Amino acid sequence: MAHASSGLIPQGTGWAFAALVPLVFLGVFFAWPVLAIVRLGLRDGGVGAVLASAGTWELVGFTLGQAAASTVLALVTGLPVAFLLARCKVAGTGFVRAAVMVPFVLPTVVVGLAFRALWPDGGVLPIVLANAFFNVAVVARTVGGLWAHTDRRAEDAARALGASRPRAFLSVVLPALLPAIGSAASVVFLFCATSFGVVLVLGGARHRTLETEIYLRTVELFDLSGAAALSLLQFAAVLAVLLLGGLARRRRETALSLRGNAEVVRRPTGGEWGVVGVAFAVVLTLLVPVVGLVLRSLSTVDGWSLAGYRALSGTGERGTLAVSGVDAAVNSLRAATDATLLALFIGVFSAVVLIGLRRGRAPRGVGEVLDTALMLPLGVSAVTVGFGYLITMDALPGDLRTSPALVPLAQALVVTPLIVRMVLPVLRAVDERLRQAAATLGASPWRVWREVDLPLAGRSLLAAAGFGFVVALGEFGATSFLARPDSPTLPIVIARLMSRPGQLNSQMAYAACALLMVVTVAAVLLIERLRVPSGGEF
Amino acid sequence: MLRRVLFASACLSLVAGCSLSGGGGGSAPAAGDHVVTLVTHDSFVAKQETLDAFKSATGITVKPLAGGDAGALTNKLVLTKSNPIGDIAFGVDSTFASRALAEDVFAEYRSPEADKGSQRYEADSSGRLHAVDVGDVCLNVDVAGLAAKGVPEPKTYDDLVDPKYKDMLVVEDPATSSPGLAFLLGTIGKYGPTSWSEYWTKLKANGVKVVSGWEEAYNQDFSGSAGKGPRPIVVSYASSPSAEIGDDGTPRTKALLDTCYRQVEYAGVLAGAKNPEDARKVLDFLLSEQFQADVPEQMYVYPSREGVRLPESWTKAAPLPKTSQTLPADQVSANREQWVQQWRTLVVG
Repeated sequence: MAHASSGLIPQGTGWAFAALVPLVFLGVFFAWPVLAIVRLGLRDGGVGAVLASAGTWELVGFTLGQAAASTVLALVTGLPVAFLLARCKVAGTGFVRAAVMVPFVLPTVVVGLAFRALWPDGGVLPIVLANAFFNVAVVARTVGGLWAHTDRRAEDAARALGASRPRAFLSVVLPALLPAIGSAASVVFLFCATSFGVVLVLGGARHRTLETEIYLRTVELFDLSGAAALSLLQFAAVLAVLLLGGLARRRRETALSLRGNAEVVRRPTGGEWGVVGVAFAVVLTLLVPVVGLVLRSLSTVDGWSLAGYRALSGTGERGTLAVSGVDAAVNSLRAATDATLLALFIGVFSAVVLIGLRRGRAPRGVGEVLDTALMLPLGVSAVTVGFGYLITMDALPGDLRTSPALVPLAQALVVTPLIVRMVLPVLRAVDERLRQAAATLGASPWRVWREVDLPLAGRSLLAAAGFGFVVALGEFGATSFLARPDSPTLPIVIARLMSRPGQLNSQMAYAACALLMVVTVAAVLLIERLRVPSGGEF
Repeated sequence: MLRRVLFASACLSLVAGCSLSGGGGGSAPAAGDHVVTLVTHDSFVAKQETLDAFKSATGITVKPLAGGDAGALTNKLVLTKSNPIGDIAFGVDSTFASRALAEDVFAEYRSPEADKGSQRYEADSSGRLHAVDVGDVCLNVDVAGLAAKGVPEPKTYDDLVDPKYKDMLVVEDPATSSPGLAFLLGTIGKYGPTSWSEYWTKLKANGVKVVSGWEEAYNQDFSGSAGKGPRPIVVSYASSPSAEIGDDGTPRTKALLDTCYRQVEYAGVLAGAKNPEDARKVLDFLLSEQFQADVPEQMYVYPSREGVRLPESWTKAAPLPKTSQTLPADQVSANREQWVQQWRTLVVG
């Protein structure tokens, strides 16, 4: 960190140097493998033919269209939940906070099957619904994180001056929340644009996205040049979306007076109850497939049974698995913990650097490059990254290609952007005057960060950590590429059990889903305990 | 607040301490041990006792490393052939064998165990790939489900286009599913490289349903398994009925043995293996009586070795078909993409 510097220009350069830390991490574990595999594909030529084909552009259109629709749906349903979590003192918010996270960890194949049970023929509607189902939590958490800290007084003042409630919301609250809404929207869009399992299960051969096509060409057809061409397209689309999102965010940034949550939360009044009602309805809707899975885990052809749960302590029917379900859960916890710590370090460091770059007048563009680079892992196909690892990671000491450390590393790539997006709006909203006051009183930059930024952002930080942990728990794409058979995670075990005949295996798979949900809820509640003590702590 | 954050991170680091030191990677072999890395498909399972017995006989520890399904595995091996991620690979199947052979992924080695039956399924004469197991993709039917609908069990591919069986069949997309591809290849083997499309046109007219993977087809659409779906006929494996035996001991489902396509799974020592000597011993072990006897129960496929006793549930519910469709590997790899594309236009488009 750039401390003890006298002028503004060296300070900016110091931040630019600090930016190298996350950039080097991304360079080694993301850009290098991805570029290596794309280059291998480009070497064979034939890219032009792929780009010229009409089918390719249909893929692009469908990919962006379904992602946009899912993002809008996730925003519309997630915002009431964010309001409930951030602003309302009503019974049941703790439950909502935990419940809304559950969809995020469920393996996509399981969710795909659950939605398929409701729409047997699949199609666009269930794809959009399933993608939104996964991502309501992103909106609720990201927007709720900032909302919980924004000062109510401006809003109350507007109301006192005669603004109607909707008017006060539109002209006071919404502008303050826009950075977080933009953050949430870009994350959700990236998740939806690259969602694989859902599109495969619900879209079948009719509805395909760039992501499923890249997978198909890489894994089944070994058409690396076709896959490379599509990867470049996906990359370009993602980059365009990120740049647009970045523009929107920049124009909307404001310093807010952040408050402790206890001052902000109150009992809803009047029309607010309507919003609360909508939020509860959304959560109940999210729980429909979840309850369906639990029921499924309990039912057999011969009636209700706990056999699936009992089987979790074993290795499946006739030893389908290399380890027991419980061991897999422990593996999941371990990998997710490592991934979260790594992502927390890189994410918070990056957020601090990003803010420092802006405040410290660093060379233009460094901040934008870092911000965009941090998001890119969400927008690049897991199969591209996974195959890239194969042809690059043996050059690192210790041949990382087969190392168990790769799983948390790859999960951290997915989690880091979430942490940045959740922490950054809050850190950015910290009033500069508080910092300046502290600095005037002689505090070093590190002390300013510790005494001003950290206490204000502490909660969001923990919330982000919790969210990241849950995401890492449920991560399947990258993990399935890298996990070793002697240490599979719970989602891997579920996928494996689902791919075997036999009633016990399928019941055990659903029971393992239930276990994953329980672990998730426990993790969220534990983090809740850490962040909500008896009263306000500011 | 700060203290709280510090406390939380201390808790997290404690857990992380466990995770980093607590052997996430399994038991690390001591120096001087013989370790062979076996790159395999995701479905590889071996009994620990069998691996332990092999270790005490030879001093070799087999370290499995999953590489995805047969396609992903093959492509990983091709991508890493100049610096392989293991010493021996198992799970390249008959659909992908010619690609692996053309790319010189495997080293030449003829196992002394190779003439005990696995030679029947040889990929080519170069001796680089040894058949470890065979599995047949066949139509499965829900016995009670068909009876309830009042129709007899179908027997052949031709039966399925009979209006009696309208809207009863669910198949997997050959582009995204290995049994789906095998079933398509089976129909190509049966009707020939030009007339197969007529057959599929009739299947389509008779209401065939296409889903992307085995999981959906078997667990959700098929009525004979735990999911109790609406369709009584599904593309699955000849061995699947052995997992569907009811409490009364009779199988609830049945494989139609005249509708099968044979898939062979191969193993071979990798060219450029760091430990080729021990890798050859592991290959011999995969073909040995002891390992082969575990194959059916562990991986739901049939041993390639002759004279290996099958478990009782298999002799009852899952006999290996006497005649199955097969297509030469080079013909499959030369035409696969085009066939799948043609199929897509025809059936989905």
